[in-house]
Amino acid sequence: MNKTDVLIIGAGPTGLFCAHQLGIIGLGCEIVDNLDKAGGQCIELYPDKPIYDIPAVPECTGEELTNNLLLQIKPFNVKFHLNERVEELKKNQNRWHVKTSGGVEFDVAAIVIAGGVGSFEPRKFPVKECEKFEGNSLFYSIKDKSIFKDKTISIFGGGDSALDWAIELSKSSKVNLIHRRDGFSGAEASVQKVKDLNDQGKLNLFTKYQMDSVSGDKQIETVKIKHDEGEIKEIKSDYVLGFFGLIMQLGPILDWGLNINKKTVEVNTENFETNVNGIFAIGDICSYPGKLKLILSGFHEGALAARGCFKYAKPDEKLRFEFTTTSKAAQERLGIKK
Amino acid sequence: MAKITYHTHDNKTHTVDVQKGLTVMEGAIQNDIPGIDADCGGGMACATCHVYVKQEWLDKLPTKEDGEEDMLDMAFEPKNNSRLSCQLIVSDELDGLEVNIPSKQG
Repeated sequence: MNKTDVLIIGAGPTGLFCAHQLGIIGLGCEIVDNLDKAGGQCIELYPDKPIYDIPAVPECTGEELTNNLLLQIKPFNVKFHLNERVEELKKNQNRWHVKTSGGVEFDVAAIVIAGGVGSFEPRKFPVKECEKFEGNSLFYSIKDKSIFKDKTISIFGGGDSALDWAIELSKSSKVNLIHRRDGFSGAEASVQKVKDLNDQGKLNLFTKYQMDSVSGDKQIETVKIKHDEGEIKEIKSDYVLGFFGLIMQLGPILDWGLNINKKTVEVNTENFETNVNGIFAIGDICSYPGKLKLILSGFHEGALAARGCFKYAKPDEKLRFEFTTTSKAAQERLGIKK
Repeated sequence: MAKITYHTHDNKTHTVDVQKGLTVMEGAIQNDIPGIDADCGGGMACATCHVYVKQEWLDKLPTKEDGEEDMLDMAFEPKNNSRLSCQLIVSDELDGLEVNIPSKQG
């Protein structure tokens, strides 16, 4: 059981800065995120795209922003729990008990949901029968590539994941790469490599095709793919892999009794608390009149939510407003030596 | 204002007036038309505002910018008349545009 003052759900810029604000006022926190790294949408959707509207930072990429925020919270030694999705929530007197998908448990005084538009989940095939094979012969990510040795694998997608795995697996498996158009969004060098492998007969490339159906008894045996013009090809396949990026799903948060409106959580603008006492929501996931989905708004919301958490974490203490320029306590927490 | 018609997956038709300069995505969101999620808010970063454009309108639309086709690779059941509605800015030329909203966005 991890016992701390506040659990932050979501390691995007808003969650990270909220951790900073909690640290400044002397509260501890831990952060859970479903992705394998901090940064949220900034890292997952646009790591290389410049952002121009962070106050006092004329230009920075999503990755730079994330790295700077991580540097800024370094003094607080915040513990991260990555690859974990928050699943269960229980009230226990004045504390919250939270459990994640991986069985990690927390005992906290308050919760800050900084979950963006939800947790990132792989996008799946539209074909219904795919569900039946998911996890046994159809995958959206690869954990153990050794199972593919000497097998026939059909990979769908045109981005870097699809191309990289097609190249890698073609070394020891028979690979079909199927993509809906001639163009690819992956790196140019990988596209060329795939075309070369196709010319050398080491990989079969099918463009302008999409999945039509999959069939098999317990495991996938064949895949049918359909050309833009309607022609259908049947290909033998032991495994099917789909790489269509990630989509955001609100997930178990929906069942926590929060007022939810169009995939966002309603909050008050005084401290960004939800209708449930002790649960706060900040960043893209919260809604209130005039809400702007900007990173800078998330920072403001996090600063106020952190102060809102204080009365739950330290009910017998009074929080005094201080500036980091002059507060001894804040500077000590930041580890500043004079 | 331009009239935009959205055909939703439950076979309902919604014709609404959308202010010029807004996107077809924003027109749907503002009018509570279901089926367009627009998770990223119009940044061409999520493909959850995917629509099918009625064939006769395809040539009248602005051409796809770099990146739109890449995002459409990620969309749920893309077809040759797929577009991201956040990239379609409403103008007089688009008065009468009809789009179909897919059964889901992901």
